[in-house]
Amino acid sequence: MSADDKAGGAPALKLRGDPIDRVDGRLKVTGAAAYAAEVDVARVAHAVLFVSSVARGRITHIDTSAARAAPGVLAVVTHENVGPVPRQPDLAHKASPGDRVLQVFEDDLVRYSNQPIGVAVADTLERARHAARLVIVRYETEPPIVSLPESFEVEKPSSPRGADPSQKQPLDFMRGDPAVGLVASAVRVDHVYTTPFETHNPMEMHATIAAWHGPQHLTVYDSTQGIFEVRRKLGASLGIPKENVRVISKFVGGGFGGKGSCWSNVVIAALAARHVNQPVKLMVTRPQMFGPVGFRPPTRQHVVLGAAKDGRLTLIRHESRSSTSRFDEFVEHTTAPTRALYWCPNIHTSERLTLLDTGTPQFMRAPGESTGSFAMECAMDELAVAMGIDPVELRLRNHADVDPESGKPWSSKSLKACYQRAAERFGWRRRDPRPGSMSTAMKDGNQLVGWGMATATYPAHQRGAKAGATLWPDGTASVKAGSQDIGTGTYTVMTQVAAETLGLPLARVSFDLGDTDMPETPGSGGSTTAASVGSAVRLVCLALREKLAALTVGDARSPLAGGAARDLRLDGARVTLAGSGRAEALAAVFARNRLETLEVTQEAKSFEGRRDFATRSFGAQFVEVRIDRDFGEVRVARVVSAFAAGRILNAKTARSQFIGGIVWGIGMGLHEQTVYDERLGRVMNADLAEYHVPVNLDVPPIDVIFVDEDDPHVNQVGVKGIGEIGITGVAAAIANAVYHATGKRVRDLPITPDKLL
Amino acid sequence: MRPVRYLKVTTVDAAVAATRAAPDAAFVAGGTSLLDLMKLDVLEPAELVDVNALPLGKIEVAHDGLHVGALVRNSDLARHPDVVARYPLLSEALLAGASPQLRNMATVGGNLLQRTRCSYFRDPATPCNKRAPGAGCGALDGYNRMHAVLGTSDKCIAAHPSDMCVALLALDAVVHTRGPAGPRQIPIADFHILPGEHPERESVLAQGELVTGVSLPARPGFEQSRYLKVRDRASYAFALVSVGAALRIEDGLVREARIALGGVGTKPWRAVEAERLLVGQRPERAAFTRAAEAALAGAKPRKHNAFKVPLARRAIVRALATVKGAA
Repeated sequence: MSADDKAGGAPALKLRGDPIDRVDGRLKVTGAAAYAAEVDVARVAHAVLFVSSVARGRITHIDTSAARAAPGVLAVVTHENVGPVPRQPDLAHKASPGDRVLQVFEDDLVRYSNQPIGVAVADTLERARHAARLVIVRYETEPPIVSLPESFEVEKPSSPRGADPSQKQPLDFMRGDPAVGLVASAVRVDHVYTTPFETHNPMEMHATIAAWHGPQHLTVYDSTQGIFEVRRKLGASLGIPKENVRVISKFVGGGFGGKGSCWSNVVIAALAARHVNQPVKLMVTRPQMFGPVGFRPPTRQHVVLGAAKDGRLTLIRHESRSSTSRFDEFVEHTTAPTRALYWCPNIHTSERLTLLDTGTPQFMRAPGESTGSFAMECAMDELAVAMGIDPVELRLRNHADVDPESGKPWSSKSLKACYQRAAERFGWRRRDPRPGSMSTAMKDGNQLVGWGMATATYPAHQRGAKAGATLWPDGTASVKAGSQDIGTGTYTVMTQVAAETLGLPLARVSFDLGDTDMPETPGSGGSTTAASVGSAVRLVCLALREKLAALTVGDARSPLAGGAARDLRLDGARVTLAGSGRAEALAAVFARNRLETLEVTQEAKSFEGRRDFATRSFGAQFVEVRIDRDFGEVRVARVVSAFAAGRILNAKTARSQFIGGIVWGIGMGLHEQTVYDERLGRVMNADLAEYHVPVNLDVPPIDVIFVDEDDPHVNQVGVKGIGEIGITGVAAAIANAVYHATGKRVRDLPITPDKLL
Repeated sequence: MRPVRYLKVTTVDAAVAATRAAPDAAFVAGGTSLLDLMKLDVLEPAELVDVNALPLGKIEVAHDGLHVGALVRNSDLARHPDVVARYPLLSEALLAGASPQLRNMATVGGNLLQRTRCSYFRDPATPCNKRAPGAGCGALDGYNRMHAVLGTSDKCIAAHPSDMCVALLALDAVVHTRGPAGPRQIPIADFHILPGEHPERESVLAQGELVTGVSLPARPGFEQSRYLKVRDRASYAFALVSVGAALRIEDGLVREARIALGGVGTKPWRAVEAERLLVGQRPERAAFTRAAEAALAGAKPRKHNAFKVPLARRAIVRALATVKGAA
């Protein structure tokens, strides 16, 4: 029985939700939406972090006297005067997947460049900044290591330490016998692919306002992807019960995974506020984004593919290495897409870590799936070239009809339709596979043209979530769930789910979020919010209908008594029974039951129907690149992509999500990289002039095709989540197009001009 | 940000008087470079002398060229009809630089003195002879992909970042200044100086000397000049290599040539020998290639910027071919 069948006569959700404008759009474009640092809090003081200028060593001397004496300064807090701070978790006792080991002035050790080593608090931001720069610090240093080794040999101490409780994915996976697969292969490709450090650069940097109410109670306005995780971590890091902490986050100016954890800056804001006994605002500066608040780790991936003469894979081997910090563990699960993409009898994947003198890496849009699919989907292209098979045809021949990893059937999978529809719209049939062959038609003789494609995929997760709903006597409903809107459209799509389920016009439903006083929900990460919170909103609105039914059609005192629940309609301030002409004022229903409002709370647990299925979204990315023959400047000329991701709640916000992912994929393919000085362990491009993301001129027309997909198994709303799939496969499609244009295979991202000379 | 004194001046004399004996004072116009570097604690002037109110914001057209006030904003200069018609190279160079927001603020005078984007110069936690003389150069054996290959010394390999200066150099611009010793005119080729032993010195300006304007001589025959910029992304990126090129072709032969390079030199780089080789030649690929070889003959690449040498050669050939094609 599908989720919709259980809906008690409630309207089924549309398979492709209406493309309505964002309900918070006006607030945002008029500047009325208050982001964390903009919340008006009385008596707020300003805090500025100061950070280590070396990457590894010890603070031997720290002189804050000039800073403390500067005008307007309220306090300067360092490891010397912070007072007792609870210990950070050891790796065996992490509380959540995003639980990080923080640097909150617990000792004099410097573990990475830009580590927070103190905070200056003053009456104005300018005075706090000035004080922070007056602090004199001396270090005893050791040479840092900030790059991955060339070798795949595991050094001692071996890692990962396997202590991260979030490790639900296997670090090693083996099926069949790779040796047999090798022998059975007629053609092999065997290459190493590398991806660089990348740094999240949301427009809004991490920002916090912390206000204490007495020694044990704290309110925090934070720019975060997880208010409940911030609450938990603040409680644990400050030694107070988490119930004493309230976290509010109404608007977030981008997170992309970077705000999926509570980082040191949040705890430091609370410590500073306690120190000065007044509210404190702390915003991380742009240069400080490069180190203490996460980044995508570099990867080095060795992929071996073997195929029989007919193109069917006989062997997949994918060995991968990424980095973590010396004090914490984060694994970039690059091999996850490899285990899901193609059917192959013999497969071996493994992931290992190298400990570096950097901050701790972090989820960054499609962690593992974006980096891993780059390697795997380039390797598939190389195999297609080696075998003389069209890249789409090769993928079709190896299509995985069931999940290769678990053996379970897919809850839904429409990848073949994605290939077909995107290829047709792109004009893929006209592609001449010979490298450079398509450049002759160009008017500008300096332009090379290449067409490339890759598969996109991202898992469809669901996490338990709660929501509350209230029906008012005037027939309007308000729905709420903790959650957060990180710019994706959560406010909008939840309003739509609630309105459709209750059968109310949008204008009669309000949806609120972003407060830990509201029903508990998971963090907004892993493309799970629409699926998880959407399911909770759907269930709570169904429960509200049921409750209303009990009080009307189920109540002999009601003029609607005896009617069918499925015929109930909300019509202004009345509830009516369709087709009967009968109606009752809500006020009367409430009065009869001595109610002021009708309120329900529901929890959507992970959907039972999921258990027997593997759940993933799939898509196909096709790109055309133009490359200057002499200079190696690669520009993406057009993108056509098709995605099948279950129910789409809002076709407009969904399109924006896909396009945003694809744009980031262009950045990943051509621009983004955080560059370190290997000797100093310092980032050498810690600003937005030198850390390149695509600008408008780099972004071509992007054509997104929705492949409708009705998935009754994946969760209560049939939504698979679309926050991340857009980036996957794009870098590979670009690299494959670059090969097609030039005959040069660049296996090291980003593809900058120097690599093509 | 540390406290600074702020003085707004309304006459050039007052500007000079305010700074002639104050080495810790700095002129500020658009502020696009200075304020950025102050926030990074790279520059720490004790006093800012705001010159925005000086009467130096005009573009004057004359039969023998163009005079551009030091306070003319990059965006205004780039769109000026005489610049577009007579010095397309300059318009293209300006529009290839920075972003619209920055071009709306940045001035001609400030851009002449734009500071390098060398990451070591910009990060006080790293060694840099330009920022802190004697501290050593982090870039020599560090991350130097964006650095210069021409005009370098063992003290500094920082690339000059300006697009505008490359165009001005190709156009034989003259810089007008006023200092404690009175007004003077400095050919742009003599304005910037090589790092040598003293990379902290970047121009011939004396203490208290203010750039008041730039004059562009009439260059008949150079209407087809071009600016070519190769970069990592399509906009808002500093040049990997850029070329300002102009050719005067008569009777099928090159009579005069200008080749100026950006992104490869420690100062805006004029390829004089390459220009000389072109004069008297047919404007053809072989001659362009010989000129390009000559232009990079003295290049000293480091670990990450060796690609700039072939890239610059190719860019020179392309730029010359484009100018010729349009002529």
